[in-house]
Amino acid sequence: MSVEATVRIARITAASRAGVGIAVLVVAALSAVPWLGDAGTMRAIIEFLALLVLAQMWNLLAGYAGLVSIGQQAYIGLGGYALIVLADDAGVNPFFAVPLAGLVAAALALPTAALVFRFRDAYFAVGTWAVAEVYRLLVANTDALGRGTGRTLKAVFPLARETRELVTYAIALTVGVAALVAVYLYLRSRRGLGLMAIRDSEPASASLGVDVLRTKLAVYMVAAFGTGTTGALLYLNLLRISPDAAFSINWTAYTIFIVVIGGLGTLEGPIVGTLVFFLLRQLLADYGAWYMILLGTLAVVAMMRYPQGLWGLVAERWDLQFFPVQRRVQRGG
Amino acid sequence: MTLLSVRNLSAFYGDFQALFGVSLDAAEGETVAVIGANGAGKTTFLRALAGALPAPRDAVEFAGQPVGGWPAHALVDLGIVLVPEGRKIFPSLSVRENLEIGAYRRRAGPWTLERVYGLFPVLSERREQPGTNLSGGEQQMLAIGRGLMANPRLLLVDEISLGLAPAVVKHLYEVLAGVHREGTTLLVVEQDISQVLSVAQRVYCFRKGSVALEGVPRHLTREQISAAYFGA
Amino acid sequence: MAWVDTVLQGVLLGGLYALFATGLSLIFGVMRLVNLAHGDFSILAAFLAVVAVQTLGLNPLIGLVLVVPIMAALGWWLQRLVLNRLLGRGILPAVLVTFGLSIVIQNGLLETFSADSRRLNPGGIETASLALGGGLAIGVFPLLTFAVAVLLLLGLHVVIGRSVIGRAFRAASDDGATAALMGIDRDRLYALAMALSLGIVAIAGIFLGIRTTFAFSSGPDRLLFAFEAVIIGGLGSLWGTLVGGVILGVAQTIGARLSPGWGVLTGHLVFLAILVVRPAGLFTKSRRVG
Repeated sequence: MSVEATVRIARITAASRAGVGIAVLVVAALSAVPWLGDAGTMRAIIEFLALLVLAQMWNLLAGYAGLVSIGQQAYIGLGGYALIVLADDAGVNPFFAVPLAGLVAAALALPTAALVFRFRDAYFAVGTWAVAEVYRLLVANTDALGRGTGRTLKAVFPLARETRELVTYAIALTVGVAALVAVYLYLRSRRGLGLMAIRDSEPASASLGVDVLRTKLAVYMVAAFGTGTTGALLYLNLLRISPDAAFSINWTAYTIFIVVIGGLGTLEGPIVGTLVFFLLRQLLADYGAWYMILLGTLAVVAMMRYPQGLWGLVAERWDLQFFPVQRRVQRGG
Repeated sequence: MTLLSVRNLSAFYGDFQALFGVSLDAAEGETVAVIGANGAGKTTFLRALAGALPAPRDAVEFAGQPVGGWPAHALVDLGIVLVPEGRKIFPSLSVRENLEIGAYRRRAGPWTLERVYGLFPVLSERREQPGTNLSGGEQQMLAIGRGLMANPRLLLVDEISLGLAPAVVKHLYEVLAGVHREGTTLLVVEQDISQVLSVAQRVYCFRKGSVALEGVPRHLTREQISAAYFGA
Repeated sequence: MAWVDTVLQGVLLGGLYALFATGLSLIFGVMRLVNLAHGDFSILAAFLAVVAVQTLGLNPLIGLVLVVPIMAALGWWLQRLVLNRLLGRGILPAVLVTFGLSIVIQNGLLETFSADSRRLNPGGIETASLALGGGLAIGVFPLLTFAVAVLLLLGLHVVIGRSVIGRAFRAASDDGATAALMGIDRDRLYALAMALSLGIVAIAGIFLGIRTTFAFSSGPDRLLFAFEAVIIGGLGSLWGTLVGGVILGVAQTIGARLSPGWGVLTGHLVFLAILVVRPAGLFTKSRRVG
């Protein structure tokens, strides 16, 4: 008696089809907010999307490339200041300046990598932080950048407030969706597979022909671009930038908590994490520092007992992947 | 009297299973050989006995007590001592300090620094040099000496002949024979079977993580051993 | 002459940095752990000293006797209950957990002590100075700090080089798995290392608090300076951390003299420059403690 089983390698499952459907609905709903909601809601969503992109970028670095950076705030600051310089000093349209600022951040990521890639593991982490501090201090000591007090984005003043808010919102939505789609497509590509191989074992993947250094560098620069663009977006929204705020380690604290609590190394995790983050912030708004204490404690507990994060728990329980990057072996036709 | 009794021991490295239900006995004072090809699970077996790998509590019984899964330091207290594969001499410690760290648990017994120096004079000559400055054979002597300093009741010896000249290996096995005569129980893992079969009272042959053959060396033929070693 | 004075101050500042760096170097050597909350623990100690001063009326230097054992005990239990469970899981959990602890400590201090800057007052020694002739003078307290750093390093050198526990530290730092086979209980050894680390950094924190003002957020900078001192001196070399601390201190004081805002930045830049030229640090022995 012979047993026949056809086996397929598949990525698309019922859940992933549902995932795409949900995503389309959400994006449509978000697009409708300017007409249905108020400015306050729009600002909150802009902030949500910004944190989500930051989390996705950090997730790409740490969860996929194995690069644990606690210095990404460098690129938030660089992106923010690049926006101001491009828009106010160089006369570039401030809205176009947002992705350009991202390019500036990516360009600076190259020499930065030349330094920090000399470190491994935990020392890489502290090294990235040291470099972020250098950027902060350099900016704080530069007259043209407003030194410690910072600067205000003036190029948007001629615009009506509603117009500015609407365009900023549109940019935020575009950046958010583009970032998610880009990360998703990248991880599904051959290069993305190489990245996950590096995460699992550097020597093994190197022996299979994956150019480890180049891949890591590429990911680092892409993350810098994403982070820098988000930094520019944040300060397009806030209008006022200062070195202590823009280069603050708090940005990294937030993204780490979001990714750890939501689930490292998955695409869905950062989404869940950002939602939890915002929810907690709403609930604990009146309690000042306790909010951060709780977040920190949750992250510590998550890392110790639930390293797969909230999404990981859900995914394991119900074997779900909305945005699948894994290939699955399926039986049957 | 049975000192060591292993029953149905399985061991894993993550998802990979390296041992499949191994059973083995060693009587007090016996020298038991464990032979087998590369990857047969011999080192994994010793590591599980020494507490470097998890094991079910009842799978390993020592002097009548279930000790499977006990941490390594607790097993050393009982007298289960491993001379690890690859010597694993500490580079930051001198020869003397490497020996002294063997006595970390301060188990009572006949072995002292002076006695080990007597057994291996070259270690005494080089006592203040970094442990890894020694040649391969000398490092193996150091590793064995370090194991003896723990005053073992059961000495687990993992592949001491690797990379050494035959004359050196012969000397080491003479030393092991001497340790056996003192009453210490020995479990010796080897790929090179000629030396070990001459000192062992019983032999187990592992293949692919299981026991393929067990017996008294002089009662087993070359063909039987070869078949168990390589697979018929 | 003024430059000699600046360099001298930098050297003594290096003593303080060495105090911060030693604990970090020790735990990295023994268990490959970087404690991102290291600086925050020193500030916690400084605040504990504030409490001791306020409630018991103690001189902060006497307060050391209370605070150091408390911090050492904290280190012991932190390692046994939390950090030991993260070993063998790669660096990500340890980095993230200690980072989380850093945030929790900082915000805990903020809630408990508010954002006000504090300073510890030992009753005059911090302003005393010693004349060296030729118009030069150095502060007594910085000199004391440097002396304490040297004595501590000497003590560690002796303990690590000659004692049984020191041997265990060195063996564990060489090869943790084989050290366990020798009968070394790594759980407790690592807890001891962390206890030492936090005990030393408590001294550093209190000395810092005497020397200058501090607040809930002062921790991260201390970590960075400690990290830079360790790297400049070379991973795994205890005396290297003293040299690293001195180089960092001198860079900072010279930079501050050139332009007030440039002190810390100069330190960072010198650190990065050394990193470019000699990534392994100045005195690296391969992964050894001491």
